[in-house]
Amino acid sequence: MKSFKYEYRKYVLAGIALIIVLSYITRLAFLQLSDEEYKTRADDNAFFNNVIFPARGVIYDRNGELLVYNQPAYDIMVIMREVTNLDTLDFCNTLGITKEQFDERMRIIKDDKKNPGYSSYTQQLFMGQISTEDFSIFQEKLFRFHGFYVRERTIRRYATDYCAHVLGDVAEVSQKEVDKDDYYSPGDYIGKQGVERSYEPELRGEKGVEVLLRDARGRIQGHYKNGALDRKPVPGKNLTLSIDAKLQALGERLMEGKMGAIVAIEPKTGEILCMVSAPSYDPHRMEGKQRGAQMMEMQRDPMKPMLNRAISGTYPPGSTFKTSQGLTFLQEGIITNTTAYPCSRGFRIGRMKVGCHGHGAPLPLIPAIATSCNGYFCWGLYHMLNNRTKYKTIQDAMTTWKNYMVSMGFGYKLGVDLPGEARGMIPNAEYYDRRLGNWNALGVISIAIGQGEVTLTPLQIANLGATIANRGYYITPHIVKHIQGGHLADSLKVKHKTMVDTCYYRMVVEGMRKAVQGGTCKSANTSMYEVCGKTGTAQNRGQDHSAFMGFAPKDNPKIAIAVYVENGGFGAHYGVPIGALMMEQYIKGELSPASEAKANTFQHKHINYGTRER
Amino acid sequence: MEREKGNKGIFLSIDWATILLYVILIGWGWASVCGACYDFNQPDLFAWETNSGKQIVWAITSLVLAAVLLLIEKRFYDTAAYVIYGAMMLLLAVTIVIAPDTKGSRSWLPIGPVKLQPAEFAKFAVALALGKLMDQYGFSIKKMKDIGIAIGLIVFPMLLIIAQKETGSALVYFAFFLMLYREGMTGSLLFCGFACVVYFVVGMKFSQDYITNMPVSIGEFSVLLLAMIFSIGLVLVYCHNWMAVKIMAASCLGSTLLALLFSIYVIPFDICYIMLGVCVLMIGYIIGLAVYTHLYRYVLIASFALLSTSFFYITDTLFQHLDNHQRVRIEVLLGMKDDPKGAGYNVNQAKIAIGSGGLWGKGFLNGTQTKLKYVPEQHTDFIFCTVGEEGGFVGSALLLIAYLLFIWRLIYVAERQTDTMGRVYGYCVLCIFLFHLFINVGMVLGLTPVIGIPLPFFSYGGSSLWGFTLLLFIFLRMDAERNLKRQ
Repeated sequence: MKSFKYEYRKYVLAGIALIIVLSYITRLAFLQLSDEEYKTRADDNAFFNNVIFPARGVIYDRNGELLVYNQPAYDIMVIMREVTNLDTLDFCNTLGITKEQFDERMRIIKDDKKNPGYSSYTQQLFMGQISTEDFSIFQEKLFRFHGFYVRERTIRRYATDYCAHVLGDVAEVSQKEVDKDDYYSPGDYIGKQGVERSYEPELRGEKGVEVLLRDARGRIQGHYKNGALDRKPVPGKNLTLSIDAKLQALGERLMEGKMGAIVAIEPKTGEILCMVSAPSYDPHRMEGKQRGAQMMEMQRDPMKPMLNRAISGTYPPGSTFKTSQGLTFLQEGIITNTTAYPCSRGFRIGRMKVGCHGHGAPLPLIPAIATSCNGYFCWGLYHMLNNRTKYKTIQDAMTTWKNYMVSMGFGYKLGVDLPGEARGMIPNAEYYDRRLGNWNALGVISIAIGQGEVTLTPLQIANLGATIANRGYYITPHIVKHIQGGHLADSLKVKHKTMVDTCYYRMVVEGMRKAVQGGTCKSANTSMYEVCGKTGTAQNRGQDHSAFMGFAPKDNPKIAIAVYVENGGFGAHYGVPIGALMMEQYIKGELSPASEAKANTFQHKHINYGTRER
Repeated sequence: MEREKGNKGIFLSIDWATILLYVILIGWGWASVCGACYDFNQPDLFAWETNSGKQIVWAITSLVLAAVLLLIEKRFYDTAAYVIYGAMMLLLAVTIVIAPDTKGSRSWLPIGPVKLQPAEFAKFAVALALGKLMDQYGFSIKKMKDIGIAIGLIVFPMLLIIAQKETGSALVYFAFFLMLYREGMTGSLLFCGFACVVYFVVGMKFSQDYITNMPVSIGEFSVLLLAMIFSIGLVLVYCHNWMAVKIMAASCLGSTLLALLFSIYVIPFDICYIMLGVCVLMIGYIIGLAVYTHLYRYVLIASFALLSTSFFYITDTLFQHLDNHQRVRIEVLLGMKDDPKGAGYNVNQAKIAIGSGGLWGKGFLNGTQTKLKYVPEQHTDFIFCTVGEEGGFVGSALLLIAYLLFIWRLIYVAERQTDTMGRVYGYCVLCIFLFHLFINVGMVLGLTPVIGIPLPFFSYGGSSLWGFTLLLFIFLRMDAERNLKRQ
């Protein structure tokens, strides 16, 4: 039976079909005829940008000795659809992987989500960074593994066993780095630490690109527009470091089995001659495929070998800091070269006491530096902070003090061309107002002898030595001496004058000279050249830290140095002898037989740190 | 002798126009599968190892199946409709239990070397059962009980298929409601569904956009305005009350316009509050009409207006409570978020492939986008990409027109059926084709949600091809018997 009542509704349904088809055709017209965007995006897909990687710049030391270079490595590529009759077992054995790893890798390659743009017609990365040795075995059998190809790349190699912290390393970019900088694509390499990171733009060069056309099969048809859009890669620039490889090697030897740092600076130029951080690690561990596993292991090590203590570690400078105090008091007119302060085995006011060792008293500045008298510098700061004729309030006095410290390069980053520099700590008036509320000179007196809130990095201590050696200025310390075909950043050449006049520096130099001739640094004395130095013995929760800051020769200094040995006891125990050996090595170019014997003794003198997390 | 004559008559009565369109679509579909799966190392399009080679086997077996179906008399279906329905439901239920897990869905039954998807075959059983039910003496779509049974027949397999985790295939069963509309189900239900979709899309898409210089959300404004217009339209269509329409239109639209002008020229404020108030007054007025005229329709219209008014606020609240990935899917679909590597990756690549086709396309087997496998699922659900890339605008528009003709032809054929069963079954068939076309092509063009259902005759796969052939040729046989007298 025919139902006529609703027959009109066939037109409604026919109309719905018509509307759907018409609106889809409109949409098609929009997509295919008017909108160029989709066409360009399809072109992006069909073009193949073949990236050509430039050779990364190599790294030399200041004497032209090669430190870091590139070695060919091989990526194993696969064209999925050409893989036939693969003897999987033989293949896995040759590459030293398991069948499971093989299957897993093949699965990931085919996964569109993890490997977007996958095509079974084009080369896909199967395994990266095969070393030359592994590769030669693989290459012999390559003809049997259909569908597998080899792509050449380079890996970073180290020609030295030392200098790991300064050189840093190279690894694949993280997703974060890709997001931050358009230059990088996943799979690229980037400097992760040290010079490799801070000079990444210079070292990496510029990637080149060949714009190739692909046909529907994914096969390369040739260069687009005859290569008009191709770009040649620009090789990376070679770097010459200011590091002296021999000095660095000696430093790392001497710091064996200890924790701490040695930094040496050429005072006139600000060039860093060596930067030792102990414990260190062999830079070879960061080569190639093993890097990830090695990193993990070192990050778990409680001794933190990855940490560059020379710039990232902050320590109480101890008595090395007294030189800066003497300079400040002289410039501010708190003391003159004849002002003498009493010291009866320390600084005493009321119940306040800062102990000192036995020496003649009262003393003026030069012998006070030579004997490292605590009392003298505490009195100096006491008089400065309580001088109400010169400064209206203690806050004013404190601010003046802080400005002197900052002018000497403390409390802020020096701006060294390495990543991870710490700024240390120089307290100011606001800090004490906040921390202590109502405070007076006695409450903060220990900062005069480099204790209390004051902390410096070993680099800042070495820089203090360079400033005194220069009699009143420093050049921003830096680790790169020369960039091939480029020039150093202007910020690394700036001459920073401190707030203290040269004439006062001469007095402090005299004190440091006396310390070597007959004071705390006696063991550094030598007839070959005039050494100036200052010990430091910094109190902390455990055994005292042993520190030394000095330079040589006294006139026209070539090297300023800071040695910091954690829990090494008196400054004279480790700091002075290590500093003396380092200066000898640099100035004479080698160690005398006697010194060599001494160096061996210190190399094998280890300090037991226990397993405490630090 | 008479029987022979009958069969001959039947042969002459077969609708050859439909069969011609069917063959054209299958051939074209095969060419597209070749384009989507072509393997340059295997230039033999007929080799069994390739998808194109398999597809041609599916196509030939489909033709055989079609021929067999043309021999089975309508009487058989008339008798066995419920048995077939029962058997298919049992199969669907069994599938849930015994089917192996394939990408999270339990809908594929491995039978020897091939896998079959019972959900593809269940449609014809439902269509037959519905035809049989509605052909019964005394069936009336206006009776609550009768329509209840019909809807039950539709919803039951949907639930089973949802239990197989094949939500996409289950949604296809909504197509049967179009058939119910043709058979006399009130159009207001379809209209409500349509209104819901419009409210949702407009409201969500523009909820965070604001009219220039005014603190008025475009989404909220549009939904409230549409709610007014739709309610007034319903009063006009179903109650023919011109007076009421004039009053409502004048007051609602008038006050909205006044508020808009005030906001533009005097003090910018959120005019949605005014509109909300007007909507409440309008609902009150319609309720008043219901009380005054004692017409039940006014109550229905009032509840429609109430739901429409609150729809934006309800969905907005629900939307905030959705899981993050579900929200992202909806946002990508509505074009609120550009996320080419994430949820929208397929659709984006599909649009690029189609867009790159241009006017004439790149030619058979020359599409770079589809060959280089930028589009996932390109030989199954996203097969339309290949048509768009290799055939260009001309090819894809021709395909859509061919489909339109196919569906129109089926409407024509369904309408010439002499009994309810034939007409109901015919409408079921054509509504399923229409629904697949609507969702599948819309999804590839980025207009409808990404629901994994095939494009009939084009998407690769034996199950779907056989399923659609089954649907179509049972109907063609029924049609061929239209001139025989019923005993």
